[in-house]
Amino acid sequence: MSEVPLDLKYTRSHEWVRLEDDGTVTVGISDHAQAALGDLVFVEPPEAGAELSADEACTVVESVKAASDVYAPVAGEVIEVNTLLDDTPELINSDPYGEGWIMRLRPADAAELDRLMSADDYRQLVAEE
Amino acid sequence: MPRKTPLYDAHEAAGARIVDFAGWAMPVHFGSQLAEHEAVRAACGLFDVSHMAITDLAGGGARALLREILANDVAKLDEQTDKALYSCMLNDNGGIIDDLIVYHRGGADYRIVSNAATRERVRPYLDERAARHGVTPAPRDDLAMIAIQGPRAVEMLRTALGDDAEPAVALKPFHSVETADAFIGRTGYTGEDGFEVILSAPAAGVFWRRLMQAGARPCGLGARDSLRLEAGLNLNGQDMDEETTPLEAGLGWTVAWEPEDRFFVGRPALEAQRRDGPQYRMIGLVLEGRALPRHGCAVRTDAGDGIITSGGHSPVLGRPIALARIPAAAQDGFQVHIRNREVPARAVRPPFVRHGKVCV
Repeated sequence: MSEVPLDLKYTRSHEWVRLEDDGTVTVGISDHAQAALGDLVFVEPPEAGAELSADEACTVVESVKAASDVYAPVAGEVIEVNTLLDDTPELINSDPYGEGWIMRLRPADAAELDRLMSADDYRQLVAEE
Repeated sequence: MPRKTPLYDAHEAAGARIVDFAGWAMPVHFGSQLAEHEAVRAACGLFDVSHMAITDLAGGGARALLREILANDVAKLDEQTDKALYSCMLNDNGGIIDDLIVYHRGGADYRIVSNAATRERVRPYLDERAARHGVTPAPRDDLAMIAIQGPRAVEMLRTALGDDAEPAVALKPFHSVETADAFIGRTGYTGEDGFEVILSAPAAGVFWRRLMQAGARPCGLGARDSLRLEAGLNLNGQDMDEETTPLEAGLGWTVAWEPEDRFFVGRPALEAQRRDGPQYRMIGLVLEGRALPRHGCAVRTDAGDGIITSGGHSPVLGRPIALARIPAAAQDGFQVHIRNREVPARAVRPPFVRHGKVCV
């Protein structure tokens, strides 16, 4: 069973979202997602400053097996991307909820965060897959 | 329900991620494909390849049958009963039905090891052709097959088998030996030294466990694929198929044109293509950047588009690499179309990696 931290929000497409104190959100992919993808070898994040709409495919994560899209959990501006992933994409495999974060967004509408899944709901989704 | 090899339970116990491959439940990795890849390049990896199709051909007509259905010539094995031969099996148009290894077991007996994915296509074809030569092919689905690959393969085999390993250790590349309970070839699909061992299902379980205890790392189909790509070895169904001839797939060297009077299936078509010059040829590509080329991506060239047949990340080069089929006249300007971008690539002659060393 993969790890699903209780303090995070999730999406059906396997992103996790952490609400930071300053109102921004950090986004990555779940432990379940990284395990399903296999060893990651390439991550192509959006540019800092990009305006994303909710559910927009904004990042490509490529594993030894296949390329997959990562979707913006909410609409907002990209304020930072994890540049460590340029040379060490495997951080997503080893530490998906920590050093393997992908980007930080400033949500256009904080209320959108309420649409996201709780850890319990996400755990159930993963169990059903 | 996918079929299971005799080692399936051992794979599950070892934490394998199992996938359906050609109707078989096979491990794709045991945790990390990259770590498995590196183990084979630096030490020793183990592969369960029991899904491969093993077929024995015995009886007076086997040699004539094989000379007719293979583009390479088993007459090369007449004087060398311990040697293995790689060959394509062609259709009438010269297209590749399958690629396989044939072993001469002495006298009139041969053994072929062909692909799992083409089993249902090849077996009826073989039966039909064999009947005309009075041969009854014997599928050996009772046997298991284990590949031991890497610079420390000899050491692992010695630890697992003791003195019984010596006949195998003495083998030259592409030679084979039969011991009391195993058929061992110094062959593989990784570009490293190693062995492929065919043995009974019960013996396979014991042997696998001993090799693991000796320190060999179990590897899945994922590493098998990235290793063979670095080694520049074709995968049937991916780099070639029934629409592709050996001349277009970089396998011209496996076609035995001599003696000129030997008929083999596909020969007339192949001779015409050889005379006129094939329209396509196979090359290796090393790409800029990190985006990975995948099967089916277009390759721009100065003579029109080609296609990526296999591509992926090369752990040893730390770069994306690919095999591509391109117009024969193409010389320059190679770019691979990946997600709406044209990625420049350098043409190379495979293998990319051999015996742990970069060679491009």
